[in-house]
Amino acid sequence: MALQRTDVEKIAHLARLGLGEEELASTTETLNNILGLIDAMQAVDTTGIEPLAHPLEATQRLREDVVSEQNQRDAYQAIAPAVEQGLYLVPKVID
Amino acid sequence: MDLHTLTLRQIGDGLRDKQFSAEELTRTLLARIKQQNSRTNAFITVTGESALEQARAADARRANGENGALLGAPIAHKDLFCTQGVRTSCGSKMLDNFIAPYNATAVEKLANAGCVSLGKTNMDEFAMGSSNASSYYGAVHNPWQLDCIPGGSSGGSAAAIAARMVPAATGTDTGGSIRQPAALCGLTGLKPTYGRVSRWGMVAYASSLDQGGPMARDAYDCALLLGAMAGFDPKDSTCVDQPVDDYLAQLDQPLKGLKIGLPKEYFGGGLDSRIGTATHAAVAELEKLGASVKEISLPNLQHAIAAYYVIAPAEASSNLSRFDGVRYGHRCDNPSDLSDLYKRSRSEGFGSEVKRRIMVGTYALSAGYYDAYYIKAQQIRRLIKNDFIAAFKEVDVIMGPTTPNPAWALGAKGNDPVAEYLEDIYTITANLAGLPGISMPAGFVDGLPVGVQLLAPYFQEGRLLNIAHQYQQVTDWHLQAPTGF
Amino acid sequence: MQWETVIGLEIHAQLATQSKIFSGSATTFGADANTQASLVDLAMPGTLPVLNKTAVEMALKFGLAIDAELGMTNIFARKNYFYPDLPKGYQTSQMDDPVVGKGHLDITLEDGTVKRIGITRAHLEEDAGKSLHEDFHGMSGIDLNRAGTPLLEIVSEPDIRSAKEAVAYVKAIHALVRYLGICDGNMAEGSLRCDCNVSVRPKGQAEFGTRAEIKNVNSFRFIEKAINHEVQRQIELIEDGGKVVQETRLYDPNKDQTRSMRSKEEANDYRYFPCPDLLPVVLDPATIEQLRGELPELPPQKCARFQSAYGLSAYDASVLSASRELADYFEAVNQVCNDAKLAANWVMGELSSLLNKDNLDIEQSPVSAAQLGGMLLRIQDNTISGKIAKMVFEAMAAGEGDADQIIESKGLKQVTDSGAIESMLDDVLAANAEQVQQYRDSDEAKRGKMFGFFVGQAMRASKGKANPQQVNELLKKKLEG
Repeated sequence: MALQRTDVEKIAHLARLGLGEEELASTTETLNNILGLIDAMQAVDTTGIEPLAHPLEATQRLREDVVSEQNQRDAYQAIAPAVEQGLYLVPKVID
Repeated sequence: MDLHTLTLRQIGDGLRDKQFSAEELTRTLLARIKQQNSRTNAFITVTGESALEQARAADARRANGENGALLGAPIAHKDLFCTQGVRTSCGSKMLDNFIAPYNATAVEKLANAGCVSLGKTNMDEFAMGSSNASSYYGAVHNPWQLDCIPGGSSGGSAAAIAARMVPAATGTDTGGSIRQPAALCGLTGLKPTYGRVSRWGMVAYASSLDQGGPMARDAYDCALLLGAMAGFDPKDSTCVDQPVDDYLAQLDQPLKGLKIGLPKEYFGGGLDSRIGTATHAAVAELEKLGASVKEISLPNLQHAIAAYYVIAPAEASSNLSRFDGVRYGHRCDNPSDLSDLYKRSRSEGFGSEVKRRIMVGTYALSAGYYDAYYIKAQQIRRLIKNDFIAAFKEVDVIMGPTTPNPAWALGAKGNDPVAEYLEDIYTITANLAGLPGISMPAGFVDGLPVGVQLLAPYFQEGRLLNIAHQYQQVTDWHLQAPTGF
Repeated sequence: MQWETVIGLEIHAQLATQSKIFSGSATTFGADANTQASLVDLAMPGTLPVLNKTAVEMALKFGLAIDAELGMTNIFARKNYFYPDLPKGYQTSQMDDPVVGKGHLDITLEDGTVKRIGITRAHLEEDAGKSLHEDFHGMSGIDLNRAGTPLLEIVSEPDIRSAKEAVAYVKAIHALVRYLGICDGNMAEGSLRCDCNVSVRPKGQAEFGTRAEIKNVNSFRFIEKAINHEVQRQIELIEDGGKVVQETRLYDPNKDQTRSMRSKEEANDYRYFPCPDLLPVVLDPATIEQLRGELPELPPQKCARFQSAYGLSAYDASVLSASRELADYFEAVNQVCNDAKLAANWVMGELSSLLNKDNLDIEQSPVSAAQLGGMLLRIQDNTISGKIAKMVFEAMAAGEGDADQIIESKGLKQVTDSGAIESMLDDVLAANAEQVQQYRDSDEAKRGKMFGFFVGQAMRASKGKANPQQVNELLKKKLEG
């Protein structure tokens, strides 16, 4: 199931990556090469095999409900590209 | 005395015996970095001033009677460990302006042990690569042959150690990123069991595979460094609450009775036969030390690359969504709307390999493909883990080559990511299964170092370091230095 | 054509934890922008989540209260999408294995019938931040204080058939989460938010129609209005030959209409997958039993007990058990006066109107349960009449003290001495001799009407303090006399 250019456009949009015309063409080809490598696994019989998400199969530890963080807005916003009145600025959000 | 040639162990002895001060040592190494970095491009950022401050603090602690083995020991951090107040770039334009507002747990632990951080080392962008060629800060050159790659993604750490700019460094290993550059640069590097070293403050590539670990010239130094890096961290849910072994104490255990498994799949097509020969020679040395050898099978090895290149990109595609130009990192100029802000900031900030993996991962998780790709890969992941569980019923450790080939020439793989992916074949299984693995120098091919890899059951880092240390007592591959360094 | 409405609700309840679901930041409402946004909440590179134990326990309490199957192994997943109030580019939520599975909740409709609403699931997730649309040179401002606040998303089955039922269901959930102490229920602050999935179908048709989702409707009144509006819109659309499209709509209470949300128009592909930074949450049966033991008496049980133990009507019992605080207040009053019906009448009558008038919650009542109970004792022992009691109640509400103090200082004690009442009545009759004569000349039917006049005069003369029963008896005797 080779990817078409339109598929790549859709994937790039989902991932919010802006690709130019040339990039689209070369990316389509490279992605298809990679998928070729990956698709080899379709031949493996995995019937009844439980997927493994975490190597150690440990369980989640729970944190006590305690406030441990102090306000560090100034330090954290010192590295922000655009802030005003303590808010991060972005182009207008339209609901 | 050439201070830059000392190992961590020798440095600890020298500082203890007051042969030199940490400040003196740090000045020497900073000068050496200044002189050698242009040849290798191993460092992205050198933190001279803070290094000297830390060195003086270590000297003061020694003067007060403290005598920790790492007190005053110079190291470097792969540039994906967050270091407070210091740029943490991940080798990416995206984070070129990112001054980390906090320290990674591993950084904090090593600082507490008294380590002096000389700076941040180069790496494949977001740790995605096996050549260190995808860094925004340019390729790293292998000190053994400057027109060759040092391996990746911890290529800067490896080159810095091999070029004697620093005795040891941190690395991270998602599919071989500690072991492969260690092998290609003639070093010893250990990827711990998943969960042994906290991931807090390590910029994530693939969360269920990433693991930080030590890189150094020999197993002794790796044991020293791992002992200080490892341990439970309540800030990382996947970090394991289990005491850290005394790795140094285990180093001298005899190898008599050790059962080594050689997976027949590790010696098939694709392996440079000269590396195969070097591996068998290393096996023979261990046999002389009392180990026995048995051929085993890891039948699902052949599917590991496919599974890995689904799982790692899938997790990465999600992990890297936070780089959106809003709170930190690169933001495009004058975004016209939200979509433009995202698309332009991300396409300008990420390099082509990162974009490729994000796209592969996005595709693998998308509606209609999730089962065929992601779930399938997770099932294969279990099959691979099961192979190891079965193998470790028969043998104590598994041994084989670390890489199928020695370092290749910069640019030799051209624009073919798949060719580079195939170089990970022997290392990625340990990440998929979460097992510890070590690579140690085992010879040379065409003047380039090659390594052998040992894999052990969960939390048996001590056993791996023990075997490597014993091997290094009877061989001198790890003592070789590249000409001109 | 006859239409049937089908509604399913998704309620987001902010859990009343001290800290966020995955970080140690405070969850206090109304703090300065981004002062409660930690490294984790800001999705700084390298940061990791650790799950809040109390958030899990609160979700489990809810599950136990709706008699649900609990997810003994529940799993957090990532829901991937880009939005500026979502710092990680994904929301950590639960998909395939939620903490709470299938359960149900019974609601009481206005006609007193009980309807069982199925609850599909309830899962834990993190709240997003807020986009502020004030104009910063054409930009929006992002505040991430709310990002990471624990949410329990409660998803109902499409069992609801009218706007009124929807409101009854939301009210029941609202009461339940407050009973459990897991959510403050403050809808104005967004602690409880509701998404309504609404569709219509011709009556008798088995398949559902295409639904529209109305996002974030944040008051009981708006839920009813928004649904009614949306139902009307869909019916008109279909009857005009159009088709309902599956979409997300926003209710505008000012215009009383819903409109399509442009930002959600494009089809999303959320690419859910298990969060690799969080491990499966495995529940310990002992913890569940402990939580079960800690559950308070819940509205249905309380309602039943109010009927059986106190002899209240079903209606009174359901009103009084609707909120835990109201029920507690009622029981405290009854504890003092030991007359449940009297207590119920006063709590649902005078007290409720007082609170409604000043828009107060029961916890803010200016008259304490002990004060009200104390006053009711004085009604029971005939110290005051019901009418005088209203004056005493108002004085208590005005902060003039306890009933006994007020009765004493205002001299409101009821007069029961028949001699004193008789002499007072004599004065009244003497002052109204003409009316007395008319009364005596009238027939039985007319007398009945005129009698009230004399009672009124007598009570006024006694400033309301004369025992009304005695006044009636003695007056009758004297007039007939």
